[in-house]
Amino acid sequence: MTHGVSSGLDKVIRELAHYLPAQSPLKDFVHHNTLHAFQYLPFHQALQEAAENFGYKVYWNIENFRKRYHEKKINAEILERVILNHKGADELTHWKNLLLHQPVKAYPEPKVGQIRKFWRKAYHLNLDKEVHQVLFRLVSSYLDQGIALWRFPAKTKGFLAAIRELEKNSFSTFIKSKRARKLLLDPHTQLEDLLQLLIGNERYHGQYLFDQQFAHPGWSGMVAVLEQNDSSLLDKRKISLKDLIFLECLLEIDALDRRRGESWAALAAWIPSDLPLIFDKLSYSEFFEIHKLWQEALEWTYYDQVIKGLQLSHEADFKEEATFQAMFCIDDRCCSIRRYVERFEPEAQTFGTAGFFNLPFYFQPEHGKFMTKVCPAPITPTHLIKETESKIRHEKDVHFSRHTKGIFGGWAISQTVGFWSALKLAKSIFFPSETPAMVSSFKHMDPKGKLSISAQNHKHLHQGLQVGFTLEEKANAVEGLLKSIGLVKNFAPLVYVIGHGASSVNNTHYAGYDCGACSGRSGSVNARVAAAIGNMPEVREILTKRGILIPETTQFVGGLHDTTRDEMEFYDEEILISANRLLHERNKQTFDTALDYNAKERSRRFNTVNSSQEARKVHEKVKKRAMSLFVTRPEWNHATNALCVIGKRENNRHLFLDKRAFLNSYDHRIDPEGTYLLGILKAVAPVCGGINLEYYFSKVDNDRLGAGSKLPHNVMGLIGVANGMDGDLRTGLPLQMVNIHDPLRILITVEHFPDIVLKIIQIQKQTYEWFANDWVKLVCIHPESKQAYVFKEGTFMEYQTATKGIDTVQNLDELLASTSENLPVFLIS
Amino acid sequence: MVNHLMISLFVLLPLVAFLISLLIPKGRENSFSRLAFVSVSLQLVGITGYICYWAGMGMHPINIRDWVLYNNGDYRFLLDFYFDTLTAVFLWVGAFITFLITRYSRFYLHLEEGYKRFFNTLLFFYLAYNVTVVAGNFETLFLGWEMLGIASFLLIAFYRDRYLPVRNAVKVFSIYRIGDIGIILAMWASHHLWHENISFIKLMDKDLVSEQMSMHGGIGLFIAICLWIAAAAKSAQFPFSSWLPRAMEGPTPSSAIFYGSLSVHFGVFLLLRTFPFWEHQPTARILIGGLGLLTALLAYPIARVQTTIKTQIAYASIAQIGIMFIEIALGLQTLVLIHFAGNAFLRTYQLLVSPSVVAYMIRDQFYHFMPKAIPLENSFSKRLAYSLYILSLKEWHLDTLLNLVIFKPIKKLGRKLDFLTPKNLFRYFLPLFLIGSLLYFNQDFASEISRNYLPGLFGFLGLMMVFKAFSERKHPRLALMLVMANHFCIALAVAFNETFDYNQTLIYLSGVVVSGVIGYWVLERLRNKEKDYFDLNQYYGHVYEHPRLALVFLLAALALMGFPISPTFIGVDLLFSHIHEDQYILAAFNAISFIFGGIALIRIYARLFLGPHIKNYHTTALKSS
Repeated sequence: MTHGVSSGLDKVIRELAHYLPAQSPLKDFVHHNTLHAFQYLPFHQALQEAAENFGYKVYWNIENFRKRYHEKKINAEILERVILNHKGADELTHWKNLLLHQPVKAYPEPKVGQIRKFWRKAYHLNLDKEVHQVLFRLVSSYLDQGIALWRFPAKTKGFLAAIRELEKNSFSTFIKSKRARKLLLDPHTQLEDLLQLLIGNERYHGQYLFDQQFAHPGWSGMVAVLEQNDSSLLDKRKISLKDLIFLECLLEIDALDRRRGESWAALAAWIPSDLPLIFDKLSYSEFFEIHKLWQEALEWTYYDQVIKGLQLSHEADFKEEATFQAMFCIDDRCCSIRRYVERFEPEAQTFGTAGFFNLPFYFQPEHGKFMTKVCPAPITPTHLIKETESKIRHEKDVHFSRHTKGIFGGWAISQTVGFWSALKLAKSIFFPSETPAMVSSFKHMDPKGKLSISAQNHKHLHQGLQVGFTLEEKANAVEGLLKSIGLVKNFAPLVYVIGHGASSVNNTHYAGYDCGACSGRSGSVNARVAAAIGNMPEVREILTKRGILIPETTQFVGGLHDTTRDEMEFYDEEILISANRLLHERNKQTFDTALDYNAKERSRRFNTVNSSQEARKVHEKVKKRAMSLFVTRPEWNHATNALCVIGKRENNRHLFLDKRAFLNSYDHRIDPEGTYLLGILKAVAPVCGGINLEYYFSKVDNDRLGAGSKLPHNVMGLIGVANGMDGDLRTGLPLQMVNIHDPLRILITVEHFPDIVLKIIQIQKQTYEWFANDWVKLVCIHPESKQAYVFKEGTFMEYQTATKGIDTVQNLDELLASTSENLPVFLIS
Repeated sequence: MVNHLMISLFVLLPLVAFLISLLIPKGRENSFSRLAFVSVSLQLVGITGYICYWAGMGMHPINIRDWVLYNNGDYRFLLDFYFDTLTAVFLWVGAFITFLITRYSRFYLHLEEGYKRFFNTLLFFYLAYNVTVVAGNFETLFLGWEMLGIASFLLIAFYRDRYLPVRNAVKVFSIYRIGDIGIILAMWASHHLWHENISFIKLMDKDLVSEQMSMHGGIGLFIAICLWIAAAAKSAQFPFSSWLPRAMEGPTPSSAIFYGSLSVHFGVFLLLRTFPFWEHQPTARILIGGLGLLTALLAYPIARVQTTIKTQIAYASIAQIGIMFIEIALGLQTLVLIHFAGNAFLRTYQLLVSPSVVAYMIRDQFYHFMPKAIPLENSFSKRLAYSLYILSLKEWHLDTLLNLVIFKPIKKLGRKLDFLTPKNLFRYFLPLFLIGSLLYFNQDFASEISRNYLPGLFGFLGLMMVFKAFSERKHPRLALMLVMANHFCIALAVAFNETFDYNQTLIYLSGVVVSGVIGYWVLERLRNKEKDYFDLNQYYGHVYEHPRLALVFLLAALALMGFPISPTFIGVDLLFSHIHEDQYILAAFNAISFIFGGIALIRIYARLFLGPHIKNYHTTALKSS
């Protein structure tokens, strides 16, 4: 719908869309910085801005900081250092006193929402109460993807047009007042006209729209997202934020007309001229300053240990040759499985890289009516991989059948199937097993199916996408992959390429549990395709010319690690030559043991499992958990993430990082100019930074920036969750995903020379913003001297750790089983 | 003896479990879940075993006079238990589902703020369920019925720091209580019909029932209609349906057990329980069947347009319960029991797996998507379809209807007394009450005729006070005092009616005075602490800072509204027994004021203590969330 509104209002709406939560429908859930709209500002300033304008709580409650300080989890020395750095020696006592003893104070009243309050004052009307229910119902019926049995009956080419059509052709209407109906049905009505009626002073129109939309940021944000990207709905709907606003204004006029008849006028007369305007300039605030200092003290207490630990590395301890090599995703969940693989096969080498393995494409499973993107969200792939000869069939479950909701169907089903439900429920509570309702990472692709990896014909396009890769593209992809992780020589007989995915049941946020580098899908197809390409003789021929010599006896094997169940499967094992087949069988045992121990380590955070039992037994229980209806935390996903280490594995293999680190393998010697480093940082800053900040904000304000407890969540139209019947959509992460998370910004450490890193990060403005504005912290470790440099105000500055030494952990298994708390950095003996 | 012991145990065991659960300190998740699980498992085993035993003995209905709470010769208030097929089915289904849900919630609620509160309430609900199911007379049933209402309020408002759950909890509680008017009046009328507190087993005596009915057809129909209203409210039938989807605010398992399966079928239970009483009244059967049919026809299209999974299940379930009403009216009792059990299991499971619907349906769509056709070209059928669609989206105005017909007019009436404040209340009320008392002690002053009107007059006075309490926006203390004053008015009104022992009035008023004074003290304390945030205009969420005051106030409010923790509970029934058979109006006044007094008190509690906390130093949710 276009109304030809002047650019003023359009600009406001664009801005509004920018500030609203940008969360896609559930099936495409991808982590991102919740406060992305403030990213142009330095972190702490942005937080203050967000808090004062929108009423978010942006830091942890001060009581939490103080508690951690008294528990010695915030280092007193580092706290003093932070205060000294920011306030100077003279102010130290004063500020320390404030930090420790000032009574808890309230956040300032948010500026958003102030104008709308005057409706209540002026006309004793709670417009939210009058309007929200109808508005939510209409927009949710329009966008519904398949919960309602009776679909939205009108055409779905535009929200407002559809509502007009409904209202025009129905005996019963939502909009009752004559004036409002006329305004609705008249195609010449402009949004300005409505605002003129409601507010009557252009100065406040923009802010009024902020008030109005931020009373239900969930739905407005969803509409704004869908306006930009309608491909995230399978059943297409055209909608725009402007349409939503238009309808809401009309509903408001209607409510006022119905309740007050003639006796109401525009609100402007009631607005005092000194009303603080949204986005007015900020003033200094001691309140935020105190929180900022605490926040940094909390962060540096952890960072400091990590930096010290990284400085203690000794790569010469490790052999250059390996029994096998395995690539995993950069994901923090792979941090521990790699540790165990290395523990049970010390001669093995593991690598970390973004889990799409440098192969961006869409995937279309056999019989699938749509394509799914399997690469990082910002990339728009130009290739398609199609699956054929798949044997996967999805079972049906009568409990989701529409017939149970009918009169006769319901009558018949409740008296028959109803009793079976009782048994089924009892079984799934006491003996959980796979059900059609669950999400399994292994069902993403049939391992026995065929994939269209090679482009048959250059011109063969499917919906504008090239089916399969050309030889050149394949060689480039593998070359990029291998060089960026530093694996260019000493190839072992077997090189594993292992993607990851997750399994869960009763989990609306399932997409957030899969591989983030594959747009919230399981990484199986990418891993399998990468391995297959790596095995192609013609590809290797080209690679040899480019200086990467892969011995003929070396074979790539694709695989998938299910991080919830801790199970692995491998693809195309039949192509292995017999020598490798033997090795593979042996390696599989190593993986199995590693998986058992990984499950055991994870179990220390699960309340349903006794972690001190034997690894294999614990693993069985962990598997069952993943299939249990009543488990709200099938796995902890990215919770506790705080770190991203970019460098050679040999330089961090000696550290126990407690699953808190994203690990990206990188060898600066292969990449002296930092070309590949740029590629890595370009992805790492927004992806890991986005994950980290979403966890941060969902933790510090789970009520407004997170989704609240998921226990009462109700699925709306298959696109979002809300509380109860008439609640707004909830964005961000549910409380159950962040319980154990400590709100730390992520620390990215890079092993390279500071001048190169400095040059590299400045190449791309978007990437640089992350570092320059401190949304992620960056530390560079000099590869030769091991000196640490912190990136601060545009340069790298030398950093001396306060930590004197790192303890060596003697019996890790025992330590892990003994506590469910976050653990400090240890040296692995 | 076995019977006596076992049936009493079915109530005692949940009671003991509930009491123990109150004593366990917060934070001990395992203790709560184990206690709940063990006690409900024991109960399930006990019930299963007993049912087998009872079936072996020939399935004869059993009645147990358990405990006389009050006896003055003419009037006895006793707890009476009853066991027959209906009891057996409801007991077993309830125990089985609760057994599964306690196990389920043990893990599901892990790390949740209100873990203790949840299990307390769940056990309390289970106690209420069992009391209601094994009740052998109206009094015992009413006891359980009231407890169900409170348990329901507490579970819906489980997320008490958010606006919508609290608002909806108050709404559901109000509708429940409106249904309770039916039960109170049915109790009153049946007391006059049988001249005793009739036990359900006596209703089985067909000769007795038909003899009474032939003599008192009118009062029989009156009772049937009262029961019909109570059943409709509890089972979300027309016009009360809209509360059920709005009750889906608590954690999913509590929604499943309460609104999916057990609680919502209590209307069905009530009708089945009283079946022998109205089975020979064709009017009653037509009313019940017709209501069921109407509800099914309305709920079906509403279910079809719901875009949220839980409300869709809720309306689908309402439609099925409508059909159960039809089956009851047709006398198909066995079928109803099967239908009830099946529906309860099915909806429980559907609600529990409701979060899975996203993954399941999206996958289904991914592989089987068919674009929708828009076939409607013919303009009239299109108009009809659109109208039906919109009406269903609006839930046929059911939600607004109740508001418009019941709550708005009452608020309007109450506003007529807006001149009252906490300070001047006594100036108006005391003289009136003194005159009343004076008249009462010197009845010769009043003429015979005016004496006939005095009970009604004071009944009406009490009613108005309650309406004012219900609509009060400024002064919480005034609202509380008005509810107390209402009780005094009721006592006086009934006292005019016939001469009876002062002790009875004393029983009634003792609970009122004690709990009223405690409640007032809490409000006074809260007012001193939170001067700026102390009125009934909005929700303040003071429970965040004053959880103890909140608890004490809740208990005081419950006692004041005649909840079975204060002698007022017996007093109410006692006083009603002195309202004559032909004084429908007085009975209605008193029943309504009694019910709305309760709503007014819960409203005070909710507005002051629940909802998003007014202070801004910690996170609070948006009102719309």
